[in-house]
Amino acid sequence: MTPLMQLTAIGKNFGAIEALRGVTLSLSPGEVLGLMGDNGAGKSTLVKIIAGNFPPSSGEIAINGEPQHFHRPVEARRKGVEIVYQDLALSDNLSAAANIFLGREAKRKIGPFKILDHNAMNRRAAELFAELKSETRPRDIVQRMSGGQRQAVAIARTRLSEPKIVLMDEPTAAISVRQVAEVLDLIRTLRDSGMAIILISHRMPDIFEVCDRIAVLRRGELVAEKAVSDSSPEEITGLITGAISSA
Amino acid sequence: MNKTMQNIAATALVGRVKGMAVAMSRVQPFWVLVAIVILCAVMSVVSDVFFSERNIYNTTRNFAFFGIMALGMTAVIVTRGIDLSVGSMMGLCGIVTGLVMQAGYPLWAGFLACIGTALLASLVTGVLIAYVRLAPFVVTLGMLALLRSVAMVLSNNKMIYEFGPDQEIYEWLGGSSMLGVPNPVWALIILTVILFFAFRYTAWGRWLFAIGGNPEAAKLCGIPVERVVTSAYMVSGLTVGIATFLIVGWFGSVTNALGQTYELNVIAAAVIGGANLMGGVAYAIGAPIGAALVELIRNSLLLAGVDALWQGAFVGLFIILAVLVEKMRGNQE
Ligand SMILES: Nc1ncnc2c1ncn2[C@@H]1O[C@H](COP(=O)(O)OP(=O)(O)OP(=O)(O)O)[C@@H](O)[C@H]1O
Ligand SMILES: [Mg+2]
Repeated sequence: MTPLMQLTAIGKNFGAIEALRGVTLSLSPGEVLGLMGDNGAGKSTLVKIIAGNFPPSSGEIAINGEPQHFHRPVEARRKGVEIVYQDLALSDNLSAAANIFLGREAKRKIGPFKILDHNAMNRRAAELFAELKSETRPRDIVQRMSGGQRQAVAIARTRLSEPKIVLMDEPTAAISVRQVAEVLDLIRTLRDSGMAIILISHRMPDIFEVCDRIAVLRRGELVAEKAVSDSSPEEITGLITGAISSA
Repeated sequence: MNKTMQNIAATALVGRVKGMAVAMSRVQPFWVLVAIVILCAVMSVVSDVFFSERNIYNTTRNFAFFGIMALGMTAVIVTRGIDLSVGSMMGLCGIVTGLVMQAGYPLWAGFLACIGTALLASLVTGVLIAYVRLAPFVVTLGMLALLRSVAMVLSNNKMIYEFGPDQEIYEWLGGSSMLGVPNPVWALIILTVILFFAFRYTAWGRWLFAIGGNPEAAKLCGIPVERVVTSAYMVSGLTVGIATFLIVGWFGSVTNALGQTYELNVIAAAVIGGANLMGGVAYAIGAPIGAALVELIRNSLLLAGVDALWQGAFVGLFIILAVLVEKMRGNQE
């Protein structure tokens, strides 16, 4: 069976900095893969490459066996890849619904004009929040939202198209314990609908709670890739810090 | 039965109106409008000419030119930008219009030359800011000097007051009225409605605000940020072109000093109208309202017999007051 996504020997250089080297990794449908590593290990760089923010310096990405060459995020989006950025990438001055639909606004026709369909967008956003079991209201301005609500907006955005792969860069950083539980629930909901998810987190309990597999990056290299059931937080911590060289 | 239905409908209506009132009271143009109403009430007591038809006519026409340009400025400010070159652009557009019509070309040719000049100048500005990524303040400061200089060279430092075969209709366009409303005020009304709809109902408007709120996020969402930012400066240019065409028709003459220091009034109008220089917050309706307040202050001081030298102090005070109020409301939330 071909995996949903296959990364082969991905490398990335930023000038003299080698952020990634020879990363080979695969992802199956309905799977949650935890991606861990110290600060600067290259986690964000890896998911940004998959999401089309910038092309890899070397290596190949294949989705459903087809090689992909993304140059812009929209291209990846068209192939069913959605991402929740580490900084969420929301416009604080806009409403939740406006953020969800940003760049792909719903329109309706009035005579020769196509105008924004606020009602349709608010309605769809409300549905998405309901599906995600979030209390967020579509018309609320993002600026006045709690960390968890902002997170929900960023995640709801990924649900607009029916993506195959959702990448989440530290969705549980900087939110309260209760909100973390909400986000983890969201991730399970997404997984149960058949999506593959890559979850980046520094929080060991989160990873062990929702992930099927764990991949560990250290200084740009993949040092481990294991089923959660075959591993332990102690082992992963050792792999991250380098106390255990690889597994 | 019928009665209760009516009651329900009435309550629903009251609720809706209340909701609208609450929503309105949250935006700055509303409070500026309140200030305008209070100022008008005070002036009607202080001066008996204030509410004369003549004074209303003149005041509205005077602020129409600033209001039109403030609309374009608002579109620029939403994107975290600023356009300091609008006054100089007006000077250049005015001279070009004058030269074209003086040479015997018809009205429409003068109009196209005027608008074309504005669009070309603002395209250069927009490209330097959006694609070359230079700071808006610096680029438009440069354009302020550059465009004024070109206007001086082209005009050869002479006044133009001959506008060829269409002189009469041109002076009517800028200086006359329809249905008792000065033509420039009509232009202001129409352009305000257009910008209001563009802000609220087009993806372009939505994208302007998104860019002002978070340019990186806008880019990641696939918005053509460079093109949209460039278009904002061109909209500003377009409004300068329109205002110039009308103001020259009204004056019936043009010199290369036309529009000098206007950028200050235009930015003041936009900011008083609620455009936040940090980007992402602005109101189409704020431009005419802000321009109205600036002109009203000028007119009131004049009628109240206050030395004209005090005008700047009052306008300045209101600008600072406007941002202060905005900040305090922001803190409250
Ligand atoms: N756009 C860029 N230009 C230059 N260097 C970059 C860029 N993005 C990332 N890097 C570098 O690449 C390395 C990996 O960064 P990355 O953001 O992927 O780390 P991370 O694992 O996500 O860390 P964190 O846990 O802190 O989010 C770092 O050394 C970083 O400085
Ligand atoms: Mg990161």
